[in-house]
Amino acid sequence: MENLTNDFKEAWKGFKGNKWKKEIDVSNFIDCNYTEYKGNDSFLVSKTKKTSKVWHKCEKLLKIERKKHLLDVDLKNISGINNFNAGYISKKNEVVFGLQTDKPLKRIVNPFGGIRMTRNALKSYGKKLPKNIARIFDNMVRKTHNDGVFDAYTPDIRKARSAGLITGLPDAYGRGRIIGDYRRVALYGINALIVEKKNDLLKNEMLEIKNEEVIRLREEVSEQIKALEKMKLMALTYGFDISLPAKNANQAFQWTYFAYLASVKENNGAAMSLGRVSTFLDVYIERDIKNGVLSEEQAQELVDQFTIKLRLVRHLRTPEYDEVFGGDPTWVTESIGGMLDDKKSLVTKNSFRFLHSLINLDPSPEPNLTVLWSNLLPINFKKYCAKISILTDSIQYENDDIMRPIYGHDYAIACCVSAMKLGKQMQFFGARCNLAKALLYSINAGIDENSGKLVVENVNKIKDGVLNYEEVKRNYFDVLSKVAKTYVEALNIIHYMHDKYAYEAGQMALHDTFVERLMAFGVAGLSVATDSLSAIKYAKVTPIRNDNDIAVDFKIDGDFPKYGNDDDRVDKIAVEIVKKFVGELKKHKLYRNAIHTLSVLTITSNVMYGKKTGTTPDGRKCGQPFAPGANPMHGRDCNGALASLNSVAKIPYCGCCQDGISNTFSIIPNALGSDEQHRVKNLVSILDGYFMQKAQHLNVNVLDREKLIDAMNNPNKYPTLTVRVSGYAVNFNKLSRAHQEEVIARTFHEKI
Amino acid sequence: MEKVYGYINSIETMGLVDGPGIRFVVFLQGCELRCLYCHNVETWDKLTKSFKITPKTLLKKILKYKNYYGAEGGVTFSGGEPLLQPKFLLECLKLCKQNNINTALDTAGVGVGYYDEILKYVDLVILDIKATEEQLYKKITGKSMKKFNNFLKAVQKNNNDLWLRQVIVPNLNDSKENVIKLKEYAKKIKNVKKIELLPYKTMGVYKYKILNIPYRLEGVQEMSEQKIEELSKFLI
Repeated sequence: MENLTNDFKEAWKGFKGNKWKKEIDVSNFIDCNYTEYKGNDSFLVSKTKKTSKVWHKCEKLLKIERKKHLLDVDLKNISGINNFNAGYISKKNEVVFGLQTDKPLKRIVNPFGGIRMTRNALKSYGKKLPKNIARIFDNMVRKTHNDGVFDAYTPDIRKARSAGLITGLPDAYGRGRIIGDYRRVALYGINALIVEKKNDLLKNEMLEIKNEEVIRLREEVSEQIKALEKMKLMALTYGFDISLPAKNANQAFQWTYFAYLASVKENNGAAMSLGRVSTFLDVYIERDIKNGVLSEEQAQELVDQFTIKLRLVRHLRTPEYDEVFGGDPTWVTESIGGMLDDKKSLVTKNSFRFLHSLINLDPSPEPNLTVLWSNLLPINFKKYCAKISILTDSIQYENDDIMRPIYGHDYAIACCVSAMKLGKQMQFFGARCNLAKALLYSINAGIDENSGKLVVENVNKIKDGVLNYEEVKRNYFDVLSKVAKTYVEALNIIHYMHDKYAYEAGQMALHDTFVERLMAFGVAGLSVATDSLSAIKYAKVTPIRNDNDIAVDFKIDGDFPKYGNDDDRVDKIAVEIVKKFVGELKKHKLYRNAIHTLSVLTITSNVMYGKKTGTTPDGRKCGQPFAPGANPMHGRDCNGALASLNSVAKIPYCGCCQDGISNTFSIIPNALGSDEQHRVKNLVSILDGYFMQKAQHLNVNVLDREKLIDAMNNPNKYPTLTVRVSGYAVNFNKLSRAHQEEVIARTFHEKI
Repeated sequence: MEKVYGYINSIETMGLVDGPGIRFVVFLQGCELRCLYCHNVETWDKLTKSFKITPKTLLKKILKYKNYYGAEGGVTFSGGEPLLQPKFLLECLKLCKQNNINTALDTAGVGVGYYDEILKYVDLVILDIKATEEQLYKKITGKSMKKFNNFLKAVQKNNNDLWLRQVIVPNLNDSKENVIKLKEYAKKIKNVKKIELLPYKTMGVYKYKILNIPYRLEGVQEMSEQKIEELSKFLI
């Protein structure tokens, strides 16, 4: 990029800084050019007529989709960056163009993750996989990721998987959780990115074929270059040439969106997150406004219409998938706010505009708006976030002050809580291990309490009578070390095969070639395992065993401290469990030298995990849902909300649960304060306090339980009712009855 | 030195309506009044259902939430009647002030003295005015207004900021005249920062059944928020 052509000069006119001009460095571009905004929300405007028309059309379609669950599928083509004709909602009213297929909400068949899943998904909606596609995959003309994984899985992995000890693994569909740096396309244009990739292929370390990794990487970079070419062609079907940088705000939104769109045409990962685009795009808006070529109305129009497009992203899923991840989520996560350094925030007017789309277009779970909270954020922005949270229940908060030191200031959240450096790190998603079930294995000598099958071998049998804490703990840690080994093996296989058979060329093209890889392990049922160990330690717990010597129930004599009350006696147990587990994981080497991370996050799978887990020593009955994420068990946190928050804040992030610790917090409006002004102020104080305790994540719901019950029975009254569940928001009506009931059963802080 | 203990019914770590900002609320055990509408009947008797705690231990708990208090929030001593445990209360208040924590006292003003000392360490008094005249006061609480008047005198002498509160019950004190009387009464008091009317709620009734205490407002409906809003207009 050293010899700037006139096109580059025009596109970059007025932009400051040099480093980002010499090498790909979006972060440096932002630092040099963005305008921090410390004012309030009074500049915001409502949606334009054009936006109203486009959104109105979408609302009609969404209504039909809610009824039918699936509006349409494209059965003629299969997934790919440029495999579909251009599609429009209302061409003359759109200002940001592009759909996944030729029609809004028409889903893509993506067979590369696994053909069985694709076929089942179609079947559940009364559709059939076309013969020409079936032939290719059934006859192994083209093998899928799923085929590869099952060719390599070991007996131990299969056992752990089918027992529900390790589940949710991305072995039958796209892994997701990868964020392309979509901003690069707007700032540099595709051609410059191709030149960079070609240069990388000629670097010394890429020319010396000393091991498989170099071969693999050479093949991947070549695929990336092809993907970039396809992005150009895809944009051309809409009449745009994205080979060169964006010249104005409208183009910057359009280019960035095309780059993201390519990723959701090519892939169907559970989480297909957007990254952190709002402040980047604000630079273009500010320049255009200054030059008198863009009004505030037009700026908001760009944001609203970009948002509409993100709300229409869909993937083809099976009913079983929906049972795990309720509400058809796509995790188009956009990270907003955060600090540049200790003095200056990255808040711009566009940070406000993105949140304001929740007002202009009504609340919605997608895009998954995530505020990177710092104690140092401008107070006006804090208040605006709280205001929008109270009105819409659609925002999640994550602690910039603990993530920024690890990832620098240009990171984003994938999915719910997973931080990564944009364009420099990617993640191997790894679902989660059921900690509560593992505890039962330590009491049942490795035998599954539901199936009666031996899942973990060589676990000591426990002595009869009242459970001894030291003995159970020793056994439990032994089980965890064995599970950790199996878990690592499973993920190594999965990601090896995913790279091989379902490589995300388009997304990886928007990363540095020499990227750092994080492997994200996860746990579910932390509060159940913790309270169970606490019961064994502080009360007297006697297993009631069936004829096969399996503990099917527990007699609990006496009381015991419960996680969620800021009581160190039990909170320390939770900390000990996660430290032990991450320590065991780290003993095993990972595929492509990935770095181990761990999350305490269930999304909505806490319901499914609960269903598959027998009665536990804490008094939870067989089949009852777990608490979501790192939340205390429903109703057991009884010393007020702050005690509950403090317990969760003790779970260590840095170096331990560094893939995130999810907490969902529900409070009734009257308990939060007597009027809007007080509610806003109090919510800001809660967020400040919680994150000063070094907690990582908080979902905030301000609503009445009665409203949810009413919505469950009268869904038509609440078409846009959005609630935060675990790391993401859902349209309440899209949840299954079981998920709805679980949300209602959660602790609502309602002391008044 | 003699060790002081407090008898506490419960702790709420996030009180958002018992004083300004986010507040750690300590519900002290014991109350002499027997208000018709009391929704914390379990706090009447000093010894039932309470736990013993020293001021220092309580302070440790309070400090765990310091990050949440912000510029306005802090601790509220409520009850029961916090003034019935003056030594403990005083110790706690002193410790809070030593640690720069804002203090509020949520009281009906029916204690056993030491008021001047206590009030020195109180930033805000939230005073529950059951009624402004003797007859109704006695009807609601079963006691005379004498102790209340003594406490109010002490608050005025010490110049503490005041929030006044009154619970409004259907057919008992929900008339316009009663609210205007309250307004006039408040006019004679200095440092009043806020007057709040609280709607009568039935959420505490079940506790009477558990404790086998007859409930005297059986059948009385909850006060509507809307009516409270209407009545509040007469305060302005």
